[in-house]
Amino acid sequence: MIAKPTFPDLLHAPGAQIGKPVSRVDGRLKVTGAAKYAGEFNVPGLLHGYIVSSTIAKGRITRIDTSAALKVPGVVQVFTHENRPSLAWFDRKWKDQDAPKGSPFRPLHDDRIVHSLQPVALVIAESLELARYGARLVEVEYEAEPHQTDLHANRENTFTPGKDKGGFEPPPPPRGDADKALADADVTVDLEFTQAAEYHNPMEMHASTVLYGEDGTLTVHDKTQGALNSQTYICNVFNLSKSQVRVVSPFVGGAFGSGLRPQHQLFMAVLAATELKRSVRVELSRPQMFSFGHRPETIQRVALGASKDGTLQAIIHEAVQESSQFENYVEIVVNWSGQQYRCDNVRLDYKLSRLDLHTPLDQRAPGAATGVPALEIAMDELAYKLGMDPVELRLKNYTDIDPNSGNPFSSKELRACFRQGAERFGWSGRKLEPRSMREGRELIGWGMAAGVWDAMQGQANARAVLGLDGKLTVASATADIGTGTYTVMTQIAAEVLGLPIEDVTFNLGDSSLPMAPIEGGSWTVSSVGSAVKAVCDMVRGRLVKLAGKMEGSPLGDAAEEDVVFADGHMSLRGDPSKRVAIVEVMRASGTQSIEEEARSIPYYLKRSKHAFGTHSAIFAEVRVDEDLGTVRVTRVVSAIAAGRIINPKTARSQILGAVVWGMGMGLEEEAMLDHRLGRVMNHDLAEYHVPVNADVHDIDVIFVEEHDDVVNPLGAKGVGEIGIVGVPAALSNAIFHATGVRVRDLPITVDKIRKGMR
Amino acid sequence: MPDTITDRVPHAPDTLAITLTVNGVERTLNLAPWTTLLDTLRLHLDLTGTKKGCDHGQCGACTVLVDGKRINSCLSLAVMQEGKEITTVEGLARGEQLHPMQEAFIEHDAFQCGYCTPGQICSAVGLLSEGKAKSADDVRELMSGNICRCGAYPNIVAAIEQVLGGDRR
Ligand code: FES
Ligand code: FES
Repeated sequence: MIAKPTFPDLLHAPGAQIGKPVSRVDGRLKVTGAAKYAGEFNVPGLLHGYIVSSTIAKGRITRIDTSAALKVPGVVQVFTHENRPSLAWFDRKWKDQDAPKGSPFRPLHDDRIVHSLQPVALVIAESLELARYGARLVEVEYEAEPHQTDLHANRENTFTPGKDKGGFEPPPPPRGDADKALADADVTVDLEFTQAAEYHNPMEMHASTVLYGEDGTLTVHDKTQGALNSQTYICNVFNLSKSQVRVVSPFVGGAFGSGLRPQHQLFMAVLAATELKRSVRVELSRPQMFSFGHRPETIQRVALGASKDGTLQAIIHEAVQESSQFENYVEIVVNWSGQQYRCDNVRLDYKLSRLDLHTPLDQRAPGAATGVPALEIAMDELAYKLGMDPVELRLKNYTDIDPNSGNPFSSKELRACFRQGAERFGWSGRKLEPRSMREGRELIGWGMAAGVWDAMQGQANARAVLGLDGKLTVASATADIGTGTYTVMTQIAAEVLGLPIEDVTFNLGDSSLPMAPIEGGSWTVSSVGSAVKAVCDMVRGRLVKLAGKMEGSPLGDAAEEDVVFADGHMSLRGDPSKRVAIVEVMRASGTQSIEEEARSIPYYLKRSKHAFGTHSAIFAEVRVDEDLGTVRVTRVVSAIAAGRIINPKTARSQILGAVVWGMGMGLEEEAMLDHRLGRVMNHDLAEYHVPVNADVHDIDVIFVEEHDDVVNPLGAKGVGEIGIVGVPAALSNAIFHATGVRVRDLPITVDKIRKGMR
Repeated sequence: MPDTITDRVPHAPDTLAITLTVNGVERTLNLAPWTTLLDTLRLHLDLTGTKKGCDHGQCGACTVLVDGKRINSCLSLAVMQEGKEITTVEGLARGEQLHPMQEAFIEHDAFQCGYCTPGQICSAVGLLSEGKAKSADDVRELMSGNICRCGAYPNIVAAIEQVLGGDRR
């Protein structure tokens, strides 16, 4: 049944569970090593697969010789394009929930090579070691063709994509005349920004274990952000029915977007299992984690014009991003610049250039993480030209209405973020001039930036079962990739039914559970949380009815809104002495269990009249070694407006982690391509730098109060993405303040700072 | 025709019996000598608490304690560990009673996805016995061999500091 939108007042006065810093309900399993991830389900006779990767970026396979590998005792089979079974023909069968327009990549499809590290063979053996050894013995000869992997060389070779992916909005049409307004403006900046491609690199490498049942059914342990997404993909590609395939992923060792599309290890494991009729695991190596989607390399131009008092007169934001030869990956990069500030003359432009690389893929705050820093560095540069405090400049151009749509924000407490963040950081003492603070050899700089992300919601279902023992089980096929889904859903359910946390279990990561969308874009609390609330509301309703029918009912014929649920009891709002245990009510009516299933759908009508977003203000302190140009990020304050925070403990962790991601993006992470080979050269964790413990110092997170009764029945917006957006800009701005050197090319590595300091 | 790898006869090494003591239990296994300690734990002993994040000594996810010292188990072969006391994350708790480091990690939310966590915890326990960490900066430096892609570092430091005793933050 579709739940009707309700706003029970319990959520206006959240108390028992919502808003409490509950420790993760899955914490014990994780600290004891009992939590099992996709590559950790061992069964007797399990086969292991190892993938052979292409050494060229473009061309075709002229010869593939598997005979040596097959001679090794224990190597069972080698799959290549030459011996794979025939599979789904139409592109649509290969599409998943996150697929952009185009023809999805098909592993082992034919002799064509379309990107370096493309999987070309799968060696299956009785042990991992033998499979890896066999993979080394597979001989592949190629006929290479000239490839293009250099975005800068292809920046003019572009096209304008359409609405080529779910969730993507092309830039709105121009407002006013931005080019003329820029030419006429008192003060202007016109800047180019570049940013390297980044790879997700969750700590757990992508793995799939396919358990082959005696009846031919498959139980697939997959690293995914959507068990149903993987299930549909497998069924479509291998022409299996849903009853034959169950995908399970109770624990996911990080993903950050890498699990939004089924990756090729899933295909490989299912291929081998169905062909050999045995259980198979295929796990990627760390270098192979650089063989699929990534945050695309981007070139941007931001031009701003303002009058002397700082009022924005013109905003121009143009971006060119890479996509592959076979799909149009798109993300929202420039639209934010038409939304963040009030301005009458705005022109936004977004283009793609096709390269011989794998299709990019959503990565934490896709698009915003890329586009907003360019805008926010430009705003800082404009502030310097105006001689104005950067916070002042942003407040001067503040808007409560989304200028792109003309709709008011359902809530936007960004002002409070600026105020509380600045206060916590001690911003007011800041001198505008660069190089105005130092301690010994270290130049100290303070920078700030604003951030923005969407507040989306999708349809989701949830099921609840309340037993006579007073225990509640709620389930939905969503995922917990470290985001805290288990915990916050447990809290929402416990809150609605007034149960102790220990009496509530939430199940997820299983394609046999009620439908949930892929977990990403910070929409899980909004989508699945609303479904959990809806289904628990239905259980409440049933209990109130049963209580009314109870002989000598202590609640009389009280209406639902007059009944309070707390501590496993129901009581009368006006008279707490009139109370009855939930299990008593069930027992009295002879009810063994109450079972409900609900679907929650967004308030389309209300939503169509509003704009939505989470917002942030980031303040950062850096210390730059005057001689070496090395940067330490010694303090970050991140003030977040994201509606109601269900769990301040796990939400804070989301922001902490995202700030660390912003530090990686700002200072460290960079896929280094050798364009002669068309390949990422630093494809491991020693050479592809991500922040380590010593890189991270004080990070202070503030959640400002934000009330929102439009966004969804919970008033909670989700916090997975917002924390990263803007962080690289705050760091770049702080580095300028410290050194007087502007770096508009991410990551800001030592060489770039040194170059400016000379 | 150049000498290619196929001209040679491929063969896999023979297995041999190896006895390991893991979490106080002695186990004899028939393993090929090229089997790493990490794969031995995960695949042959089904102790999947120890994680593989790179297989190349670059991430610390595979950290275990050998005679109390923290090592990257992906960089060690099982045959090299005979006669030593190996402790994995599964061996830290005493029955239902978690190790104080495990308790502290839960309390401080020192993880998100949990995949680096067993390595972080084993590494932190090893750090304690090294006795070198005197300040939060020491902890950060000496824990930098354990990557956490979720970025739980501030909470990891807080958890370790709590166990170290002097909550200096
Ligand atoms: S798996 Fe051993 S250090 Fe990464
Ligand atoms: S908790 Fe996910 S990598 Fe550390």
